[in-house]
Amino acid sequence: MEFTLYDYALSGNCYKIRLFASILGVDYEKISVEFHPSADHKSEAMLQVSPAGTLPILKTDEMVLSETQAMLFWMAKKFDRSGMWWPKDDNPVAQAFVLQWLGFSGDLTATIGQARLNSLFQTPIDKDKIIKASVVALRRLEAHLTEQSFEQKKFLAGVSPTIADLACFPYVALSGDVGAGFGLEHDNYPAIRNWIYEIKSLPGFIAMPGIFEMHQLKDHEIDPAERFRAKG
Amino acid sequence: MNPIERAKQDWYPIAIVNDPRRPKFYATRVLGRDIVLETKMDGSVSVLSDGEHWKTIEAYDHIWTTPSENPRPLFSIPEASERDRRFVPCGVVHVRCSPLRAVENFLDIAHFPFVHTDILGSEPHTEVVPYKVDIDETKDEVIATQVKFFQPQAAKSANEGIVTEYTYRVPSPMNAILYKTCPTRDDVQDVITLFVQPLDEDNCAVWPWMALYDEESSMADMVEFQQLIFLQDRNILENQIPKRLPIDPKMEIPTRADLTSVAYRRWLKKNGALYGALTHAVDQRAG
Repeated sequence: MEFTLYDYALSGNCYKIRLFASILGVDYEKISVEFHPSADHKSEAMLQVSPAGTLPILKTDEMVLSETQAMLFWMAKKFDRSGMWWPKDDNPVAQAFVLQWLGFSGDLTATIGQARLNSLFQTPIDKDKIIKASVVALRRLEAHLTEQSFEQKKFLAGVSPTIADLACFPYVALSGDVGAGFGLEHDNYPAIRNWIYEIKSLPGFIAMPGIFEMHQLKDHEIDPAERFRAKG
Repeated sequence: MNPIERAKQDWYPIAIVNDPRRPKFYATRVLGRDIVLETKMDGSVSVLSDGEHWKTIEAYDHIWTTPSENPRPLFSIPEASERDRRFVPCGVVHVRCSPLRAVENFLDIAHFPFVHTDILGSEPHTEVVPYKVDIDETKDEVIATQVKFFQPQAAKSANEGIVTEYTYRVPSPMNAILYKTCPTRDDVQDVITLFVQPLDEDNCAVWPWMALYDEESSMADMVEFQQLIFLQDRNILENQIPKRLPIDPKMEIPTRADLTSVAYRRWLKKNGALYGALTHAVDQRAG
């Protein structure tokens, strides 16, 4: 076990860590914390673990992290042999781009993430303001991904996925949870849809409630003639 | 009797008993009416709607209310008095769907392999073998028995796939109770319920509650398991068209696997419990 994750199954931020661990093939210990209804992450016992009072918490013998961006960075540096998920030190421009979109992932949590919590559990928010900001965030992402596609770049910071993509993915993919009629459905964002397909196609991808895996045809579902053509 | 008058006769869940995080005045909605639940210093509660006092009772770890002066009695769950069970209120999740759609989804097993993949079902084990559905005339309930299904992880306490046997009770239009094989004991059944608070005809709040024999799982694990299952359903429920539950048999074509749903819809129709239902096919274009 490489680390302990204090986790909540419905949290998009916790999912970032579960997803990256699955992609990297890293074993970890998972402890479920009841975010709803008991708000156990704010309990005295949990504040002893992490005074931030948030989830997820990533703990090792040496450290306790409460920010998902720091967790993703540490996981990339420690477990990613390919050097793809966090750009190498000789490429400061690439590193800066990843940091820029990691920062943007915080905006997504503060907008779509909050609107989703309100929709699920009626947490108090300024709904009009948060929904408007959520739409602005999705449009900004759509514009960026469209520009990237003109240069044949399928991901936020280049041709390959980085930790910035994983940081931004969950709340974008979960925006439908907020509900219909707010302009947050994916129908209006073709570049975002393509990007979601790319991420769902990554080896090691796992789902969470509200984010489905792409349907994979089982052998019995493939028309034999089709299989023959594919081989030919 | 029109649908709203019939719906007013029942009790609806609005909160968890002794929830320390609930504010003194908690505003919510039932049957399209704004209500406020007040919790006093001594823990007693009262419900007000437009200056009108609504009755309240506490049952199955929830606070229930009704606009009726003379409501139908709340249904009974005998297992709730078995002391060695663990009682698990799972919180509330809001869903933009008819309260009846939420109940119907809870009664459906055919979707397990596709929506709750590798938990409540898995491909290729998709067959729903014939089961029995009856109306219990004395209790006036829908009962489905001998519902069997292969489940990779039937409950938090299940370590491997088992063929789970289900019994369903629908004791009132917006509540359903499920009895299922307990993964750790042969002699008892786990009880899982879905209590639905109708906010209005197109929106509901769902309060899952469990009474389990599970001595090992933490409370957080059990609650999370149930929430995870329900959140997988939520996405599907919010995208069903039409939003209200069609009662007219011409509107949706059931298969053999939908027997419980068919009985539920007929029973709603017979009882005039049509709040959240769509009674005429012509309404469909309005979605």
